[in-house]
Amino acid sequence: MRPRRAGEPSELDLMAMACLAPSLLYVLVMFVYPFLYGIYLSLRPLKVDGFSLANYIAFFSDQYQYKTVGITFRLAVPNTVVVVAFSLLLAYNMRRGVWLERTITTILVLPISLGVILLAQGILGFYGGRGWFNQMLLGLGLIEDSLVLTHNFTGVMLSLFMQQFPFCFLMLLGYISGIDPSIENSARTLGAGPWTVFQRVMLPLIAPGLAIAFALVFVMSFATFPSAILLGQPTGATRTIAIAAYAQAFEMYDMPYASAIAVIMGLFQLAGLLVIILLRRRMVLAATMGVGKR
Amino acid sequence: MKETIESLRFRITKRFGAKTVLKDFGLEVRGRQFITFLGPSGCGKSTALNIIAGLIPATDGEVWLDGERIDHLPPEKRGFGMVFQNYALFPHMTVFGNIAFGLQLQRRPAAEIAERVRQMLDLVQLPGFEGRYPGQLSGGQQQRIAIARALVLHPRLLLLDEPLSNLDAKLRIEMRAEIKRIHTSLGLTSIYVTHDQVEALSLSDWVVVMRDGLLIQAGTPQEIHDQPVNVFVADFMGFRNFFQTQVVALGPDREVEATGNGMKIRGKTRHTFAPGASVVVAIRPDDVVVGGDVGGPNAFRAKVDIVEYLGREDEVILTLESGARLWVHTEARLTPGDLVPVVFPPEKVIFLPTEGPGGTA
Repeated sequence: MRPRRAGEPSELDLMAMACLAPSLLYVLVMFVYPFLYGIYLSLRPLKVDGFSLANYIAFFSDQYQYKTVGITFRLAVPNTVVVVAFSLLLAYNMRRGVWLERTITTILVLPISLGVILLAQGILGFYGGRGWFNQMLLGLGLIEDSLVLTHNFTGVMLSLFMQQFPFCFLMLLGYISGIDPSIENSARTLGAGPWTVFQRVMLPLIAPGLAIAFALVFVMSFATFPSAILLGQPTGATRTIAIAAYAQAFEMYDMPYASAIAVIMGLFQLAGLLVIILLRRRMVLAATMGVGKR
Repeated sequence: MKETIESLRFRITKRFGAKTVLKDFGLEVRGRQFITFLGPSGCGKSTALNIIAGLIPATDGEVWLDGERIDHLPPEKRGFGMVFQNYALFPHMTVFGNIAFGLQLQRRPAAEIAERVRQMLDLVQLPGFEGRYPGQLSGGQQQRIAIARALVLHPRLLLLDEPLSNLDAKLRIEMRAEIKRIHTSLGLTSIYVTHDQVEALSLSDWVVVMRDGLLIQAGTPQEIHDQPVNVFVADFMGFRNFFQTQVVALGPDREVEATGNGMKIRGKTRHTFAPGASVVVAIRPDDVVVGGDVGGPNAFRAKVDIVEYLGREDEVILTLESGARLWVHTEARLTPGDLVPVVFPPEKVIFLPTEGPGGTA
């Protein structure tokens, strides 16, 4: 290629831009425009002329509405922690490959391919009042009355876990098994036991993948909608913020208010991501500092 | 500094599923020596090293160190240093963090750690590199840091798993000398795994040639180089010309005369052969003399087929009158099509047993 001065666009740059254009256009039309339109809509309440924050004020002054934020966090945060922790535990222990790995992975991944509705149907049948799970516990004499595991908080948690665990597990397994085993081996020969290896060597190397896993699972959990309706109490204990937005849009036909709720939901998701990024930075720093310096 | 070991003794078998990668591989290593496990890929040499390090469990067998059985100990309890082919530095730690890692685990005082890291960086000739990250270093520098990280703990045994394989040719020669210098100056006991016979010969006090999980030959570099026990070792040690022959006469002092392919070849052997036995005659390309008297012993006529320029000399492929191929390194500038006399000096010819069972070939 001919040499070029700084700042002068090269043929390659033009080519790259030309290649980028279709996807850029897609993102603009399918994502940026609806997103900005949603924000615009949320600032134009039905009952007010011109721009106003009335919808936002309405949301935060109505307990029935702002309660949904708390409910969603109570579902999303524990679910995210449990899903990521379980995935990490399993993926870390499977990093060197295990017996029947393919079979185990297939079984774990199956729920993803089934879709939420079928999964919910299965959970209702299996964990329901007269389902196998309760029948088994009753039969073993471990409980006297059926446990209520569906149409409540637990039901939604179960469903979220089953949807997100395989996804998160696979992502972490790929990430962890991609780390050169000789790094771990060298730490062992330098005197580190398995726990020290995990804490000081592997965890900092897994941290970026772990942060992505946390972020994705959190965002998915926070936006939960079908699970909260099918396996929870959509009008009470599991009325998540997504249900609130849906109700405004398609039951009250108040699109601007629904948009405002959606924007609020997005902001909380962003806040969650920010916390994860900060935590990740701290985790890496803590691990890099030597034990001698603590 | 902690004293190095007196002896390391092991006899190990390793199976992965149905595949046996080490078959009763046994050896006794004495302290302050440089031992090399040499063999082609898949011969089990790295597996043996990993078993000694404790990173892989043996299927069967024992490892003894100075009269103490250690094969049940996890790697972190063995006190060995290990250097890996791909350096295996901790990418999230600085050079200081990497070298200090083991010392920090031993909860040494900060001042001592700093001092010992500095000494190690001097030893590997990278002073002042404390603050760099592995990603900012070249391959050769990374391997020096890996060596420093292993040595800072004063290991009683240093294990090196093909440490130079990822480096380019020039750097490899440089680092080879470096490893030898460090080994000698610190009085270490080292076990070195390689598939490169030049590395093995130049570094070692003792070379162990392996194939298919078996020990084929162990000896000093001179023994391995001059008196390979079979065709496999000879091939590995640079013998390129092999001829199937039959023993016709045995003289005193292990002299042998053999015929085959219309050639009569004289030389010496370390093996005992019966008259009439099939033997393989071997000679290195460098030892064949081009020119001379065709009437003398071990002299033949050959036609030049291919000439490859190697710089100081040419590699020439010839066809002997018997039809056999002959590889020769010579400074004589030959032309394809030439008919030239070649001589196998009897003192350079070796006689080996023909391929037999049990990995003897």
